[in-house]
Amino acid sequence: MIETSPTSTFLDANELVINMGPQHPSTHGVLRVILKLDGEKILGTECVIGYLHRGVEKIAENRTYMQFAPYVDRMDYVAAVSNGLGYCEAVEKLMAIEVPPRAKYVRTVLTELNRITSHLLWLGTHALDIGAITPLFYCFREREEILKIFENYCGARLTTHAFRIGGLQYETYNGFEEQVRAVCDTFPGRLDEYEMLLTNNRIWLERTKSVGILKADEAIDFGVTGPVLRASGVKWDIRKAMPYAAYEEMDFDIPTGENGDTYDRYLVRMEEMRQSLRIARQGVDRLPAGPIIGKVPKVIKPPVGEVYHSIEAPKGELGYYIVSDGSTQPYRVRVRPPSFVNLQALDRMVRGLLIADVVAVIGTIDIVLGEVDR
Amino acid sequence: MTELPFSFPPSIEPFVLPALYIVILVAVFPLIAGYIVLLERKVMADIQVRLGPMRVGPHGLLQPIADAVKLLIKEDIIPAKADRMVFWLAPVISVVTALVALSLVPFSKYFFVADTNVGLLFLLSITSVGILGIILGGWSSNSHYPLLGALRSTAQLVSYEVALGFALIGGLMVAGTLSMQQMVHAQLEQQMWFIFYQPVAFVIYFIAALAETNRTPFDMPEAESEIVAGYHTEYSGFRFALYFLAEYANMVVVSSIAVTLFLGGWLRPFPNVRLLDFLNYAPILAMFVLAFFVFLGASRERRPIDKMGLAGLGAVCALIGLLFLVPAVLDWVQGLFWFVLKVFLVLYTFIWIRFTVPRYRYDQLMRIGWRWLIPLAMANVIVTAIVMILF
Repeated sequence: MIETSPTSTFLDANELVINMGPQHPSTHGVLRVILKLDGEKILGTECVIGYLHRGVEKIAENRTYMQFAPYVDRMDYVAAVSNGLGYCEAVEKLMAIEVPPRAKYVRTVLTELNRITSHLLWLGTHALDIGAITPLFYCFREREEILKIFENYCGARLTTHAFRIGGLQYETYNGFEEQVRAVCDTFPGRLDEYEMLLTNNRIWLERTKSVGILKADEAIDFGVTGPVLRASGVKWDIRKAMPYAAYEEMDFDIPTGENGDTYDRYLVRMEEMRQSLRIARQGVDRLPAGPIIGKVPKVIKPPVGEVYHSIEAPKGELGYYIVSDGSTQPYRVRVRPPSFVNLQALDRMVRGLLIADVVAVIGTIDIVLGEVDR
Repeated sequence: MTELPFSFPPSIEPFVLPALYIVILVAVFPLIAGYIVLLERKVMADIQVRLGPMRVGPHGLLQPIADAVKLLIKEDIIPAKADRMVFWLAPVISVVTALVALSLVPFSKYFFVADTNVGLLFLLSITSVGILGIILGGWSSNSHYPLLGALRSTAQLVSYEVALGFALIGGLMVAGTLSMQQMVHAQLEQQMWFIFYQPVAFVIYFIAALAETNRTPFDMPEAESEIVAGYHTEYSGFRFALYFLAEYANMVVVSSIAVTLFLGGWLRPFPNVRLLDFLNYAPILAMFVLAFFVFLGASRERRPIDKMGLAGLGAVCALIGLLFLVPAVLDWVQGLFWFVLKVFLVLYTFIWIRFTVPRYRYDQLMRIGWRWLIPLAMANVIVTAIVMILF
């Protein structure tokens, strides 16, 4: 509910309630934010979601475990590989399937590359929201290189469906390692290019510093995860805290911020891309030989029980809670999408700021509506 | 004034040439504005590592015409709850004031519509009236985003007008005249572009001009990612085209003022240095170089129609270059060439800035205006006055 802020002017006529979205250029899809304004100052906001609701969780109940896998790619379509990884690992955990090391490494490499594409899309659109039009095209240029790797690997660029329950469907293609290494070689220079455009840009600093501050305790209270949480100074990354895939054997750092403002979130994500490159390079350097799929029964029929498994998706903690009744179809699948939870913090972050900051904050939370609405 | 080969009755004689120029300006300017848009898109594409419009005509050369046709044949929509009269009037105000402002621009020694002794003052006042078009347009739409856009532009334009005015005063004190033609002559006599006397004023003018024409980083009134399209959100089709035209006309006007007052107007570089007289032939050279590149482009085209079109364009360029060989014609286009070149460079800088920097927030914009630009501009005026009295 929108409540009138006590600092608002005494004349009610000064308050303006406007709809931002669902058709608005910078609500990143179909998010609708009802803004209560005093002039341009935000008195309160209310998010209306559900314009992209497709009932993914319900669909799961009518599909076999294998059939449901492609659907999860359509939730966070910017980071489809991560979604697939989370789902496959959850089912594997439920059935206690051992994934061979080669599959784990390939999964890790692809997931980290996917993190970079997701962050690149975030960077481009975030900068676009703040008025810097050009970085978007540079970001897409680099994203293209990574999408080519996905395409070569599994034939799809966006909704990849790259993994299978128990391992991988495809062996890596000839030149996979070289192509990943080439990206790892060229990309740091490109990242420097973006930083040259933005990091020390006076206008960028003024637009992002002290905008949308989220303190560490507030962030934890809201259940915020991912870069948004880390920028508030909380060193929490599931890749380190509860390692999955091959992250245990990887050497990488978790960047954190201090102030929890938009600028810190920007820096954290930029550094995360560098760390992802480190992981991807280690992954291809140490890629073990061996089978790519574990011992998976022909018909996937998990024992009665339930499982919760979460991974560090580019946007935060992505969790799958699966209840099995022993049949070939899940009894219930519940997804904990990071965007949905992070979006809660929007109102807290934008109160008292101006309209221009709302778009900056929506951009910095990095939401994908497909995942929020499911 | 050039000697005309035939004479008119003395009562109407002074109006003949200006009337001709008005017709030329009104008829040709929309086309030029269209091509400035194409230029902007091409420069943007170049900055953003892509090609830009390539489909309509060779290298997208016909894109402005296609865009204009599209806008003109669109359905004319007036929102049901809009104030119809004001909604209709607002873009007209914008475009009329912008075009009237063009009448005072000294394109060359010969090519100008009017030269009054209050030229610059009139220009400033007429562009201020142009703001009305934006305010009324946003208000009459009876919609939230246009209203916000209109409010923003009112605040922005009113405050930046002050800085702009003070910056110009610095230049005016050196020039000692308000007449646009006399400013150029003053720079000829003092043998110096006023940008070297008044660098601070030029920088302030340039920044304020960016704000005045709603260009990034001050494009608040139409900040796409925030308030959709700002004051012209509800406008479409022809009315939208009028706003577009007015915006680009304003860009040309502010660039022209900068060129006239600070960059030597239609003078060639170093007009008093005999050694550099060969620069007088630059227009001819420019046309031939242009023709060369167009022919080069034509040879690379695949489709015969593109080949023919570009070759024709190259031929036209070469013919114009040949025409310039006639001394009288060369003398006439001399000033125009340098003026257009300088305006082009200023416009290019506008575009370049637009695609390089992010956008300021509304409160930051006001702070820069009131806390930095206006005091600085005032200080500049005072320092200029002191220096002029002392020396």
